[in-house]
Formats: sequence, structure tokens, C-alpha cells
Amino acid sequence: MIGIALWISFFLVAMAIILNAYRLLVGPSLPDRIIALDTMYVNSIALIILYTIWLSTRVYFEGALLIAMLGFISTVAVCKYLLRGDIIE
Amino acid sequence: MIELLQGFLLLAGSLFMLIAALGIVRLPDLLTRMHASTKGASLGVMLLMAGVALHFLEEVVFARTIAITFFVLMTAPVAAHAIGRAGYFVGIELWKGTLKDELRPNYNPLSHRLHSGLKKTAKEADMKTPDTDENNKHEG
Repeated sequence: MIGIALWISFFLVAMAIILNAYRLLVGPSLPDRIIALDTMYVNSIALIILYTIWLSTRVYFEGALLIAMLGFISTVAVCKYLLRGDIIE
Repeated sequence: MIELLQGFLLLAGSLFMLIAALGIVRLPDLLTRMHASTKGASLGVMLLMAGVALHFLEEVVFARTIAITFFVLMTAPVAAHAIGRAGYFVGIELWKGTLKDELRPNYNPLSHRLHSGLKKTAKEADMKTPDTDENNKHEG
């Protein structure tokens, strides 16, 4: 029962990542690409969580937390680079 | 019973993620894409975290899932606001069907200064613009 739901969830999240990668490659302007990256890190958190359920281990939660923090910081850094032209003044 | 609930949570979370990605691909504009991605991805992560907490049923996993959910919920609006501000700053094109852009008449795209909504103060700010431009030179 949970195996079927898990495989369908893997497929849906992988499709989401592929669609985001399409927008990342095609995106007409730079903020569109930033938004695609911003959604891709949330999708990668979901992929790690599904992998945790599949392996039934608890060691990957720290990885998910790290990706959440670093993704947010990198998004804000790229936005600041767009705004100011440099990141650290 | 608990497996059924867990499978439902996993499927719903992944479906919301796919809907967010579809919105990113299909919607016509930066701001509408932002509207789709931020809310859909946050809700998807929340549901997936509830599913994984039901799968393990331990205090350690509860703490980490709550931490990740709280962090994503806290940072997604801030990141979306930063992206929207950067996009407006760069000067993206809005969608043709946009009905109202209240920022446009009060916003100077060259000096990136924002005037107040009142007419009198807007005029005063216009007169004062050459004096105060030096403070904002590094922005341009």
C-alpha cells in the first residue's frame, strides 16, 4: 500500500523537478530562473524526504534542513546581486 | 488505517508540488509564477512532512519535521518578496491582461525612488529629487 503511494510520489516530484528545469533553461528573464531555482530546492527537500521513507533511516533529515537553509540564503543572495550589483558591500 | 492516511498525505503533497511546477511553466508572468510556486511548494512540503512524521512516529523525527516545516513556512514569503522586488527593479514586463499597477505612477525607474501616494508630497519629492539623489547613488 505505502509502496505504491511512495512510487507515485517519486514520479510526481520528479516530474515537478523536470518542469522546473525546463523553466530554468528556457526562462526569458533572470528573475524567472531565480524562481525556478527557488522551487527546485523545495522539490529537492521533498525528494530527500521520500528517500528517507523508502530507506527507513533517519540520517537524511539534517540534509533536508541544510538544503532549506542554504537554498533560502542563496536565493536572497542572488536577489541582492540583482538589486545592488554586489553581494557583500 | 495510519498507512492509508500516510499514503494520502504523501500523494497530496507531491501533487501540490507538481501543481506548483505546472504553474511555473504555464503562467505568463513573473508575479503570477511567484504566486503559484511559493504557496504550492510550501503546502506540498508541509503535507510531506506530516506524512513522514506519521511513518516514523518518534520524537526526534517530530522535532526535525516541525523544524523543517517552520523554516520553509518562514522563509518562503521572504524569498518571494525579495524575488519580486528584484524583478520589478530589473524592469520585467507585466502580463498584457494586468489590470492595475499601482506602483508604476509613483515609481521612478531611473533613480529607483518611491514617492508617496499623496499628490502634494509627490510634488515635493519631485522637487527634492536632485538633492537626495546623492544618498542613493550606489543603488543605481
